[in-house]
Amino acid sequence: MTAAKGTTTGRQRWWSSPAMRREMRWGLVFLLPWIIGFVVFTAGPMIWSLVISMTDYDPLRGNVNFVGTANYERMLADPTARRALNNTLFFTMLNVPGTVIVGLFLALLLNRVGGRAAGLFRTVFYLPNVTPAVAIGVLFLLVLHGQGLLNTLLRAVGVANPPFWLTDPNWVMPAIIIMALWTTGASVIILFAAIRNVPLDMYEAARIDGANGWQQFKSITVPFISGPLFFVIVVNIIASLQIFTEVWAMFQGRPSAGPSAQRASLMYVPYLFQRAFQDFQLGYASALAWGLFVVVLGITLVQLWLSKRWVYYEDK
Amino acid sequence: MAIEEQRADRSLVPGIERPAAALEPRPRRIPTLQQILVMALLIVFAVIFTYPMLWLLSASLKPATQVFSASLIPDPIMWSNYPDLLAQARNFPTWFTNSIIVSGLAGITVTLSSAFVAFGFAYFRFPYRNAIFGIVLATMMLPGAVTMIPAFLIWQELGFYNTLTPLWAGNLFASAFYIFMLRQFFLGLPRELFEAARVDGAGYIRMWRSVALPLTIPALVVVFVFELKASWTDLVKPLIFLRDVDLFTLPRGLLSIVASAAITGEGHFELLMAAAVITTLPMVILFFLAQRYFVEGIATTGSKG
Repeated sequence: MTAAKGTTTGRQRWWSSPAMRREMRWGLVFLLPWIIGFVVFTAGPMIWSLVISMTDYDPLRGNVNFVGTANYERMLADPTARRALNNTLFFTMLNVPGTVIVGLFLALLLNRVGGRAAGLFRTVFYLPNVTPAVAIGVLFLLVLHGQGLLNTLLRAVGVANPPFWLTDPNWVMPAIIIMALWTTGASVIILFAAIRNVPLDMYEAARIDGANGWQQFKSITVPFISGPLFFVIVVNIIASLQIFTEVWAMFQGRPSAGPSAQRASLMYVPYLFQRAFQDFQLGYASALAWGLFVVVLGITLVQLWLSKRWVYYEDK
Repeated sequence: MAIEEQRADRSLVPGIERPAAALEPRPRRIPTLQQILVMALLIVFAVIFTYPMLWLLSASLKPATQVFSASLIPDPIMWSNYPDLLAQARNFPTWFTNSIIVSGLAGITVTLSSAFVAFGFAYFRFPYRNAIFGIVLATMMLPGAVTMIPAFLIWQELGFYNTLTPLWAGNLFASAFYIFMLRQFFLGLPRELFEAARVDGAGYIRMWRSVALPLTIPALVVVFVFELKASWTDLVKPLIFLRDVDLFTLPRGLLSIVASAAITGEGHFELLMAAAVITTLPMVILFFLAQRYFVEGIATTGSKG
């Protein structure tokens, strides 16, 4: 490990000299683009969004009245919001473990072959990730269609009546999860890179001690890659909770999907989007956004807390 | 996020060298039978990941009645599907141009602005630097939905609703993730290089432009291709900010085709698939051209994140 540049070590008020003040001024100049962006597009909007969420702001009707916590009360009582949240949590609870397990499995396989072959397979696994999300939605309209690729395959292996993935309300959520699992490539790359960094002599020592494959995986691989693994889990959770484009292209943004499939597949951000940009209930939609914020923050904090029990950092 | 900060400060080596070195073949010690099994599993997964994409390409060249056949080889090959699509969706070439303009501008602006800010964090010393950097990292976790509605109102107020500007101009103000990434690379440069430039009388801006940037070109390319891809594939901004069909980007245009009864309603899936192919193909080409940068960028993300 390289030593940190010694920038702040033990010097108090080092910025009191003119040369340092000059450096400080220039540091500020370099930070300026971010500071402006932060104020105008992040901090300002956050405050504004909080204010809007306490009004009945509706640019179409032109009304702006302070309504206090009414939007939040409405949100908690709104059965559609509840269903959208439940759908999203259900999706996240299946998609994240699925992505991590598939990603880890493929990364371990890649590690077994190594060399050029691993590089080639890695490229292939990542390919779905460069596909635009709308195109993924469109592709899976075809794959999951009653006569589509998946059902053709299912019939070939003897399933007489495969489900109508896109129209049967009971099957739209599994359909969305299948689609989401198709894009695990980024997780594979991160986990593969992490596994390659595990020192080989650790395995050597474990083998001498008589540890079997599973014990080596559990006691060496997982602790060594726990940092990147934790990163993959958290990033996937945050992304899953905000899923929008693929489902919008397949259901809410496609009138021919039909109301029952649209209802059954409704996730949180698509619902928020409907309230905000189709009904222009900006006050209510802002409250929904803060509801999402609380959920994302809460789950992330729980993850951070849990990570102390299993994530291992070399520096400690 | 505390974790990220902690890990960020740990390795100062430019990460791009690491995954490359990691690809050296390891000594072989696996029994052959096991090796065959591993290879077979990898091939099965490779088929799962590629078959749908090849099938999409194939479906776009099939006659309407055969779109759902599982075969990969269209018979007959209907090249005419593509002209048919352009005849029905007349704006398609415009959407393509819009996508190129928007993603090009988005990529260039975010690369330069993020490199500028990242240099500020990497080189200069000023009070509360780490605390401010912590705020930068924290903004990465903020759900986009929270700022979406005010951002819409701001751009509308500025008179940019229904223009391409909101799709890229926010990138002028740098992006947290790329600042984080580029800062790592700048920290990996020996400080003596900059001191030498200063002795030669270079100002800070010139130091950034003539010393820092040229030495981190691979990292800048990573940022550029990442953003190019992110911008090309984005649907949310075009959906919020664009009303006129002439201004649509490809994903927004593709959505309008999905939603239109004229194409999907009559069962013309092959035209829809042709539209999806045109939307996807530039990204596949970009990926093959800049594969190294994609893979190394992502691998770096995980090890640094």
